[in-house]
Amino acid sequence: MTAARRIVIVGHGMAGVRLATDLRRHDPNLERVAVTVVGDEPHAAYNRVLLSTVLAGTLELASVRLAPTGPAVDTRLGVSVTAIDRQARKVELTDGSHVPYDALVLATGARPRLPELDGADDGKAPGITTFRTRDDCERIVADARPGLPVAVLGGGLLGLEIARGLAGRGCLVTVVHATNHLLDRQVDAMAGRVLRRALEAMGIEFRLGATAVGYQPGDGVKLADGGHVPGELVVVATGVLPRTELARAAGLAVDRGVLVDDALRTSDPRVHAIGDCAQHKASDGGLVQPAFDQAAVLAARLTGADPGARYRGTPVVTRLKARGIDLAALGDVRADPADEQPPGVEVICVQDTSRGRYAKLVLRDDRVVGAIMLGLPDAAATIIQLFDSGAPVPADRLALLLGRALPAATDTGSVGGLADGALVCRCNSVSKSRLVEAWHSGAHDTAALTEATRASTGCGSCKHLVSDLADWLATSSA
Amino acid sequence: MRAGSATAVGTATHCPYCALQCGMSMVGTVTAPRDFPTNRGGLCQKGWTAGELLAPSRRLTTPLLRVDGELRPVDWPTALDFVADRLNALRTTYGPDSIGVFGGGGLTNEKAYLLGKFARVAVGTSQVDYNGRFCMSSAAAAGVRAFGIDRGMPFPVTDLDNADVVLLAGANVAETMPPFVGHLTGADLIVIDPRRSATAELAALHLQPAPGTDLALALGLLHIAVADGYLAADYVRDRTSGFDDAWLVVAGWWPERVERVTGVSVADQRTCVRMLAEASSAYLLTGRGTEQHANGTATVSAWINLCLALGLPGTPWSGFGCLTGQGNGQGGREHGQKADQLPGYRKIDDPAAREHVAGVWGIPADDLPGPGRSAYELLDAIGTPTGPKALLVFGSNLVVSAPNAGHVTDRLAALDLLVVADVVLSETAARADVVLPVTQWAEEAGTMTSLEGRVLLRQQAVQPPDGVHSDLEVLRDLAIRLGQPAERFPASPVDVFTELRAASAGGPADYAGISYERLLAGDALHWPVPDVDHPGTPRMFLNRFGHPDGRARFAAVDFLGLAEPLDDEFPLHATTGRVLQHYQSGAQTRRVPELMSAAPEVFVEIHPDTAARAGLVDGGFALVSSRRGQVRARVRCVPSIRWDVVFLPFHFPGVQRANLVTNPALDPTSRMPEFKTCAVRVEPV
Repeated sequence: MTAARRIVIVGHGMAGVRLATDLRRHDPNLERVAVTVVGDEPHAAYNRVLLSTVLAGTLELASVRLAPTGPAVDTRLGVSVTAIDRQARKVELTDGSHVPYDALVLATGARPRLPELDGADDGKAPGITTFRTRDDCERIVADARPGLPVAVLGGGLLGLEIARGLAGRGCLVTVVHATNHLLDRQVDAMAGRVLRRALEAMGIEFRLGATAVGYQPGDGVKLADGGHVPGELVVVATGVLPRTELARAAGLAVDRGVLVDDALRTSDPRVHAIGDCAQHKASDGGLVQPAFDQAAVLAARLTGADPGARYRGTPVVTRLKARGIDLAALGDVRADPADEQPPGVEVICVQDTSRGRYAKLVLRDDRVVGAIMLGLPDAAATIIQLFDSGAPVPADRLALLLGRALPAATDTGSVGGLADGALVCRCNSVSKSRLVEAWHSGAHDTAALTEATRASTGCGSCKHLVSDLADWLATSSA
Repeated sequence: MRAGSATAVGTATHCPYCALQCGMSMVGTVTAPRDFPTNRGGLCQKGWTAGELLAPSRRLTTPLLRVDGELRPVDWPTALDFVADRLNALRTTYGPDSIGVFGGGGLTNEKAYLLGKFARVAVGTSQVDYNGRFCMSSAAAAGVRAFGIDRGMPFPVTDLDNADVVLLAGANVAETMPPFVGHLTGADLIVIDPRRSATAELAALHLQPAPGTDLALALGLLHIAVADGYLAADYVRDRTSGFDDAWLVVAGWWPERVERVTGVSVADQRTCVRMLAEASSAYLLTGRGTEQHANGTATVSAWINLCLALGLPGTPWSGFGCLTGQGNGQGGREHGQKADQLPGYRKIDDPAAREHVAGVWGIPADDLPGPGRSAYELLDAIGTPTGPKALLVFGSNLVVSAPNAGHVTDRLAALDLLVVADVVLSETAARADVVLPVTQWAEEAGTMTSLEGRVLLRQQAVQPPDGVHSDLEVLRDLAIRLGQPAERFPASPVDVFTELRAASAGGPADYAGISYERLLAGDALHWPVPDVDHPGTPRMFLNRFGHPDGRARFAAVDFLGLAEPLDDEFPLHATTGRVLQHYQSGAQTRRVPELMSAAPEVFVEIHPDTAARAGLVDGGFALVSSRRGQVRARVRCVPSIRWDVVFLPFHFPGVQRANLVTNPALDPTSRMPEFKTCAVRVEPV
């Protein structure tokens, strides 16, 4: 038996743990691969995606633990990798130890991007925090109380989830956002406006086109235009930066993130990167699904389960987790319905902004290439599946956008209006025309119709229909 | 007799088809509804026309032996001698495991019991299994894992009458057991089905997950139950174990992720959980749609987890159940025709169980074979060096009902000897070397155990045609020819039942206290009934579950993707199911003219847009192809079906067999094949 392939995963977050779990799925007793995971946070791995749900107060912090990867995985917590020695194929840890590898996987994630803010002491001043880790979450939850003025810097996905969660806890939340429309990376200006109104109705205030330039603990933030936003608590959610220092120091090719190919290899084929720290030509960081998809591909490759597995990108679907607001955005939504579209491209919009509903669907050759669905939950679910599968969309575009592509049960109305062939009694295959025939053969009341045709002798739910039909026939034949 | 009347005249019996076992009465060969708790005087079209099955012209009345490639009538001694000689020769040359025995969920308890005993004692083979493996095995495995005991519905059907909310996961009762719908009229229904089935049309909430993703949906609903504050914390603490491990998986299935995988909107997921959790009386029932998957056991476990989190099982006026399909699908899985099982729902690898049953059978426990292959594996092994060379089939039409049916048909052809005991010349019987005509339902007495675990006595109503023997007689006559003492294989139903009572005594499915006398006296006996003074157990688990610690167990199950994902070559999901007029492989119902005129042929339900893109016309023909085979089916455009799903009923023979395309990927626990999802494409014929 050959020695197990030594795999070292740097990072104990969603991507790193997912990879360890997937490796065990292919190799349950870890006979082909030996796995070491190094993580700098001291506690058990947790589900970062759910931290905003914890902030919103529905899940407990203890409930967002990730399933342990098992004792067979050598997990080292509270230590960081200080350097990668690519020649010797080993990493050095902060505790001075070295771990050799045959394959190294960087899953170091990202760190919050901090805006330049006078008085914030690089985010270390009291009362100001980012929202990335379990500790951040715990701190905010501990501080949040009804009536607390909170400034949230950043009107992107995370900023709005934080704002909604804290507003739900009774905080007085103001969101400061640099551009004039919310979620500008995901949705168009109209959707941004509708979303803003919906959030305002929940008590959240907005300062758009505004930049925070200063911070005064216990007071709030100062804006570039001289304005002031109260905030005894200030939460910064102005984007993240991939953590690439290790890769950079090791001489690996790095752009915004660590560059990887379809095999998730960096410029050194023994070193891989997945998740938020990686930069793949078809995938943006910041969402969890690419990390999951990348972990699956890499696990299949590293265990030999599918050495030819390739990562081809993950369609980007954004879903805002904010109670009371149903927003999904996916693909490229820049097309303007007022413009003339290139051949094969269609843009369909539905606006019912006074009820908080807005949808835009961009199609190319009958396929979804982009969509925004705000306040249309049924449409969102269907359109996301069409987008992911690349299947052609139904002919009735409007019905699709309204989430009513599937017709509701037909209302039978009056029995007289039923089609002749319509089934009255499913249990006994009795059509309206059979009952009419029976009537003309002398079955002139409900009991006689039932006896002649067996209608309503199964589950009995069509009894009233048979009786209505008898009445209708009596009236119409009179 | 007047239709719709519930006055019992004639012989009180039960319908020959599904597990609802509707009460009916018979005068001559004419059936009429009878007032009974499950059907309350209702019958569907199958029940009304069941008497047609008794017409001698429609059934077998003489043994058939293949001579020069043709099945020819022979007398019973010739047929039985032929079979026994061949079995004896194979057993001598290749050992007892060269002989396989295949049973069915339509057989009475007495037949199922004696068939298992015949296999293990008279033949000495471990190779016995039955078609219930294709039906109830996932629900059974998950039920045993969670509750320690599997009784499909651990409460009477009539308890549903007062329910506020009933969730049906993959169950189309409006077509599969129509009178059951009468018990749901007071409840708000939640139906989970990729099709807008007849049952879904009755629903207050219809969720349409992509086929094969029910497990992700069930995990997600549990996530919401916790996140939205509906966890029954006291119940989980006091009556269950394993929640924390299950939650570690479920935590990873947040609603938006579930939506992306299943296509069920977050809003609908939340509504579903709220309806279940806020009801004062809620039930969740599973059917084959959610069970017949390569992850079927995990899927049922996930539904049970949801119920446990909401505190439903073992709580009065709420609960979890699975809807058993075949007439005796419940009893058929309890009394030893299953590869891993002995009578009384005992495990064949449990030494105490072996001692007990061997004692009743008068043989040393060491002589009992161990566990054998599961149904599909048994069939798939035919023609391999260690596989069966002879197969005895009782009450099952494998050529139509097995997955990957083309392959199974080829395997049957590789047998040295195929013996089929059946009522009609089914598609499987037509390929046999020997066909044995046996009695059916109204021609014999026997007990059936309905979907609610109630044991029913089906009385003989008519004399069987001349030339027809009962299965029990056939087993006795073969056993004697295989060297067994006659008294070890009684042929009268009541004698067999008396032995079954003793064999089941002390087991999970304990029938010891049930007798023909009590059943004739009208006692409503739901097992377990450990002694003759015991009133039966209509509601189980009210105080404790069946595990030694009395707790129900959460199972930490996860969704790992589809067994056969879609791709460019096979871009649609095919799912299979039933229509109201037909039962299982259609061997019986296709012989009833009234049913055939209402549902004459296989059809493929498809979204009109999908049909149009494939060049199909409503009412025309389509070829539905998978990696394994193709079906020729009439196109039926249905705007309410998902655009990526086609539906095929599985009752029809030959090129119309839906199972030509289905996937034999097996569930790792239950060995249930993946009937309900496979990747296909469609094209015009």
